[in-house]
Amino acid sequence: MNRELKRVSIVVIVLFVALFTSTTVIQAVAADQLGDDSRNTRTLYESYQVERGPILVAGTPVASSTPANDNYKWQRTYANGPLYAPVTGFFPVNGEPTGIEGSMNDYLSGTANSQFLTKLERIFTGQKPKGAAVQVSIDPVAQQAAWDALGNFTGAVVVTEPKTGRIIAQVSKPSFDPNTLAVHDTKQVDSTYDALVKDPTDPLIDRNRGGDLNPPGSTFKLVIVSAALESGRYTPESTFPNPGSLTLPGTDSVVINSGGGTCGPGATVTIADALRLSCNIPMAELGQQLGDRAIRDQAQKYGFNVEQHIPMTVEKSVYPAVADTPQTMLSAFGQWEVRATPIQMAMVSAAIANGGIVMQPGMVDQVTNSDLSVVSTFEPKQFGRAISKETADALTKMMVANVADGAADNARIDGVDVAGKTGTAENIGADGKADPYTLWFTGFAPANDPRFAITVLIEDGGGMGTNGYGNLLAAPVAKKVLEAVLNK
Amino acid sequence: MANDTAVRSAPPTAPVGRIRLPQKLRNLELGLLIFACVINGASIVLVQLGALGHLDLTLVSLFATLSILVFGLHITLRFVARDSDPFLLPVATVLNGLGIAMIYRIDIADKQYGWDSAAVRQIAWASIAILCAIGVLVIIRNHRTLFRYTYVSGFVAIVLLLLPLVPGLGRQVSGARVWIGFGSFATFQPGEIAKIALAVFFAGYLVRNRDSLSMVGTTFLGMRFPRARDLGPLLIVWALSMSVIVFQRDLGTALLYFGLFLVMLYVATGRLSWVLLGLAMFLGGAFVASRTLDYVNGRITNWLDAFNPAVYNADGGSYQLVQGLFGLAHGGLIGTGWGQGRPDLTPVPQSDYIIASLGEELGLAGLFAILALYILYISRGFRVGFAGQDDFGKLLGVGLSFVIALQCFIVIGGVTRVIPLTGLTTPFLAAGGSSLVANWIITALLLRISDTVRNQPRLVVES
Repeated sequence: MNRELKRVSIVVIVLFVALFTSTTVIQAVAADQLGDDSRNTRTLYESYQVERGPILVAGTPVASSTPANDNYKWQRTYANGPLYAPVTGFFPVNGEPTGIEGSMNDYLSGTANSQFLTKLERIFTGQKPKGAAVQVSIDPVAQQAAWDALGNFTGAVVVTEPKTGRIIAQVSKPSFDPNTLAVHDTKQVDSTYDALVKDPTDPLIDRNRGGDLNPPGSTFKLVIVSAALESGRYTPESTFPNPGSLTLPGTDSVVINSGGGTCGPGATVTIADALRLSCNIPMAELGQQLGDRAIRDQAQKYGFNVEQHIPMTVEKSVYPAVADTPQTMLSAFGQWEVRATPIQMAMVSAAIANGGIVMQPGMVDQVTNSDLSVVSTFEPKQFGRAISKETADALTKMMVANVADGAADNARIDGVDVAGKTGTAENIGADGKADPYTLWFTGFAPANDPRFAITVLIEDGGGMGTNGYGNLLAAPVAKKVLEAVLNK
Repeated sequence: MANDTAVRSAPPTAPVGRIRLPQKLRNLELGLLIFACVINGASIVLVQLGALGHLDLTLVSLFATLSILVFGLHITLRFVARDSDPFLLPVATVLNGLGIAMIYRIDIADKQYGWDSAAVRQIAWASIAILCAIGVLVIIRNHRTLFRYTYVSGFVAIVLLLLPLVPGLGRQVSGARVWIGFGSFATFQPGEIAKIALAVFFAGYLVRNRDSLSMVGTTFLGMRFPRARDLGPLLIVWALSMSVIVFQRDLGTALLYFGLFLVMLYVATGRLSWVLLGLAMFLGGAFVASRTLDYVNGRITNWLDAFNPAVYNADGGSYQLVQGLFGLAHGGLIGTGWGQGRPDLTPVPQSDYIIASLGEELGLAGLFAILALYILYISRGFRVGFAGQDDFGKLLGVGLSFVIALQCFIVIGGVTRVIPLTGLTTPFLAAGGSSLVANWIITALLLRISDTVRNQPRLVVES
């Protein structure tokens, strides 16, 4: 009998070894993986046990945590939610946080590696854990001015400092209230979220950095003129034939200047005049001569085809692989399949304002622990040099003329030289018909000592279908914002 | 073994109980028992500090009452079973106490107080269970008495098993019809008590019939297989287990009974062929059940494909299993600490899932300690089997401790995804009166048998 008993003992030992193994696998080996599962509400609740750090605009919280009497312990609230939604994003109880809430989550929740020592210290001192505060570079005056100036348009406004790349205003409309997505009732969050996603006006999308990207239209002429001047073969005074219409080689497609007719009275037209009057035909001709390669190289030096992080991800603006000459000629004035975000166009303007050096845009000024010790501060970073100082100066001169006496004169401000470029881009709808235009303004001021670069995007033709144009609708918005920030 | 020599030095013919020998074993037990009560008391206090934030003396005093009863059992042993095993009682005490602490912790999370509190009911049931254990020790002065009641036990086991199927008396809880209840309260799981009756019946029956079961048969493939007419008992237990699966919808209990029978059959006869035959029959039956019974099939899908969103979100899907795993993972190596985790997020965290709750708050370290405690308990039971002189006592000791081992494996293995999850209680830990009563009676029986084993000089050479 004891022989059998011994064997049964071995079986029991095997059973328990299986239990030792399974618990070890779950609690040690696979623990992190299980903790990362999106269905693991424990990880989520735990992230709420910490008082999440605030997001500060000029020292005032725009996102902060207040004590809540439920599972989550803390309620996230957003002051002036819709105004700052493109900055803060939202922090939902079920799902991924967005905006600064998402890209700075490790700091706000106090789990970043750089906060390890602080965390350790708290274990010994018994202090309640608290996340770090994130101070953003947004200027409340600029933000409010941009919000007011954009009015009821569907679109975006971004203002940066050309010398540093700091973003001081980032507005997108229509907006949403992040408070409605931060409630703790997950069913309510889901239904609110679904409604926002289904909303045809896409309020959840920050148009400054993503969504359905728009063709930059005439604002892209800044890029092609940069390429021309950088090649050394052209000056602003180089001339081009000035026909009233241009048939693209080997096609039936006809390019006309906006408003029809020739570009000014002469038989030829200079680059400077073509840019000032924003004519398409000379640019198409210039594009043909420069070739696809040179334009693409220049576009990429400005940041096209590269994803930016501000620290939120900015979608790649696109200068596409162009197949033939007609496509190159269309791309030369920002049509065909060229696409740009307002932040990309702000980088172009800011680079011209900054003597040709592209600064990386960003909006985090400082991260501070709850004991006020600084975790990290904003350091201006160069993206690279796009154009020479001479080219930048020449472009600045042309852009000033553009506003003073050209196609962007609605951005004129008394007593200040504003440099700018408008854009009115055509969109072809799915049915092949013309959709409402996309309207742009990009520029900077003051031209002699640039302090602010601004880009305004208005989608859906600003409600005027194919009748609105950049100077009519986008330039006045830029003017109002620039006035507000310059008068500060 | 040092203790054995002390016992052996007594004259074999002397009435041992009358001589006042120093009770070394009982003193060891007393020391361990004090240690166990300190652990339990500390657990309750830590739960209060962790989850409640302050001390609440009501529950501490209730808990103290329980400790007094445990010491009462200890004193009983000093009189009626002075040579019984010194480890069983402290291990059972500390497991029971840890269970109550965790149940109490979940009550706090669910804001259940007073008689709504499962912990208070658990303490009440534990008191009843310990009183039952004292009763068993006082009434049954020699385990061989039970041998006389072999067939009565078998009959009792069947009746207990059938009780939940009686209309008006039976209750169906979370799918399984294994409960009886009177009115809206006092639900009881007679199957828990049935396992003791079955162990007694199996032991008695096998001792009586082992010769015919083990000696006769036809050899096939180098193994002696039983004659067809000796297959009767195996077939009956098999049919019993299958009917538990079909009518009571309780996979775990069926597996427990059948496993118990197979192991006792094997130990009694030494024939591996019985085990193979039995396993084949059970697996065959389980396979058919998984194909024909939705709930069995569901359990298997939940087990194999737990993380599939469709299975996870399904009604009766793997939600609970996966939440339990999340809880365990949340605990990690050293756990969140008493009252610091979120075991209440898992459904039924105080009964079927108490091991996941404990794993969350005490960590892998705590679970290892709990598993080690079970191993200690079971090994003490097996020791009775090894050292016992009468076959009935050996078999009963092995059967009772194996039933604890198997039950641990079925529940903890289910929670940790070693096997499909089936509803059984974790011995001593889980909330549930019937389970506590049954396990404390098992403890009393093991104490009784171990006392007899030590009390007798070894006359028989080990076979």
